[in-house]
Amino acid sequence: MSEVGKRESFTIPIGPQHPALKEPEHFLISVDGEIVTDAVVRLGYAHRGIEKAVESRTWVQSLYMLERICGICSHIHAMAYCLGVEQLAGVEVPPRAQAIRVLVAELERIHSHLLWFGVSAHEAGFDTLFMYTWRDREKVMDLLEGFSGNRVNYSVNVLGGVKFDIDDAQAIAIREAVSFLEERTHHYLDVVTKDTMFLQRTRGIGVMTRSQAEVLGTVGPTARASNVYREIRVEAPYAAYDKYPVKIILDNRGDLEARFVVRLTELFESYRIILEILETLPDGDLTTRIPRRIKAGETVSRVEAPRGELFYFIKSNGSDTPERIRARTPTICNMMSVMKLLVGHQLADVPMILAGIDPCFSCNDRMVALNRGRNKEQLLTWEALRQYGIDYYKRRSD
Amino acid sequence: MHQRDNYFQNLLSRMKTWSRINSPWILHFNSGSCNGCDIEILATLTPRYDLERFGVKLQGSPRHADVLLCTGGVTRQARDRLLRIYSQMHEPKFVVAIGACALTGGVFRDCYNILGGIEEVIPVDAYIPGCPPRPEAIIDGVVKLLSSLQAPAVGESGQVSIDEIGTEVK
Repeated sequence: MSEVGKRESFTIPIGPQHPALKEPEHFLISVDGEIVTDAVVRLGYAHRGIEKAVESRTWVQSLYMLERICGICSHIHAMAYCLGVEQLAGVEVPPRAQAIRVLVAELERIHSHLLWFGVSAHEAGFDTLFMYTWRDREKVMDLLEGFSGNRVNYSVNVLGGVKFDIDDAQAIAIREAVSFLEERTHHYLDVVTKDTMFLQRTRGIGVMTRSQAEVLGTVGPTARASNVYREIRVEAPYAAYDKYPVKIILDNRGDLEARFVVRLTELFESYRIILEILETLPDGDLTTRIPRRIKAGETVSRVEAPRGELFYFIKSNGSDTPERIRARTPTICNMMSVMKLLVGHQLADVPMILAGIDPCFSCNDRMVALNRGRNKEQLLTWEALRQYGIDYYKRRSD
Repeated sequence: MHQRDNYFQNLLSRMKTWSRINSPWILHFNSGSCNGCDIEILATLTPRYDLERFGVKLQGSPRHADVLLCTGGVTRQARDRLLRIYSQMHEPKFVVAIGACALTGGVFRDCYNILGGIEEVIPVDAYIPGCPPRPEAIIDGVVKLLSSLQAPAVGESGQVSIDEIGTEVK
């Protein structure tokens, strides 16, 4: 029994294996009764050390490695990397290849958003909707498999272009699937804005104001649902997006419902772009030659992944392997906003708010160095850091 | 009397095997995968492929599960959790490694944080290769595992207790 007047706090550990999400992450949620008072996340269960591994692989091998950072948005990772390397090498990619890249990126956005929509409906306990969306998602998977041969990790990109062409039969299949999905998306938009049961789980839950969203550094649909003008496809068009302009979708409510509406409305933009690309697909080559050794230098490549801004820093020292590649993925930017938003909500809302940012932990688990509680900045030279790494693992193996 | 006991024991074990084959409950753990295999497992459970028609049900708790579906190479941080989940499952338990990474570490083999495939940590009963395996391949793997249960030897032997695996950090 606690003292009278003094509230006792209880901490609930969730994960890394938990029924809500399919990926391993550990959350410590402090509750007072049913109300969340504090939330802490422990990342890194899926940290594999990809950024280090690519330093010992060639530019081409790294492409396939980086594609496997994430199994949902694999194309966009490869695309960001290719755009960066091509920029470093000073190679101009044929317009047809760029258009196909954008086409696949939009197909991937559709499959990713539908996937997320199903999973978050499942979090809300609305399993029927989950099953329906995943049934519809198979249409996109069929298309992706149709021209690449694999459902996930389709390896459409190569350095200097794309591997697969879109022929007439595939264009017809894509048009058919898009018109089917467009009709379904209207229905889903209806569900998330009109279904009373669903609205009780989303309306007014997890509200993030515009200033909060800016301070917490959110990206992608999470930010756009709070009326933050942040969309790389609009602000800094890459690949073929300058020819196929995107309309930014914003919502000023900032709650879970807004995040559903923004993502589903974005799907209509994707459908429009796909149809437009099929109409005006430029003729020409699919690839261009790219040297085996990339000129020394460094570059930054930014693309809009389904979850938000994906950022690549690529540094070359003139050899056939990258010197340093750094990927900053959207989930790591959005993750901290969840920890803030959870406070003050019911424990039952935790999975929904977490799903609301469309978390992808395999993207998320990059190395982040935090110097908590120390105001002194610490600078390590590359040699010292390398030696530290060697010593650290020597100590561990002893 | 002795013969009658044997008869009932035999009947009981046959009933247990029958129910296990007809309704295996599965648990899914991602020990460092890229998410591709996890999504394919989920896709296998959804209407197009519908693994649930074999009585398979996705479970949240290791204590309710018969089959552990593992994806991804084992990262240093996830290793202890994988061992813990495996030890929390009831006997007889079965492990299915799904995807190239779960088999050998895949593309992530030799990454500093990857110990290797699932079999480096816990014993595996079925391997489903692919990057990621198609839902049909996952169904095929699960059905093969279930049909192998009909031979009684597999269910009872081939299980290693958690103490035998050892807990030394590689």
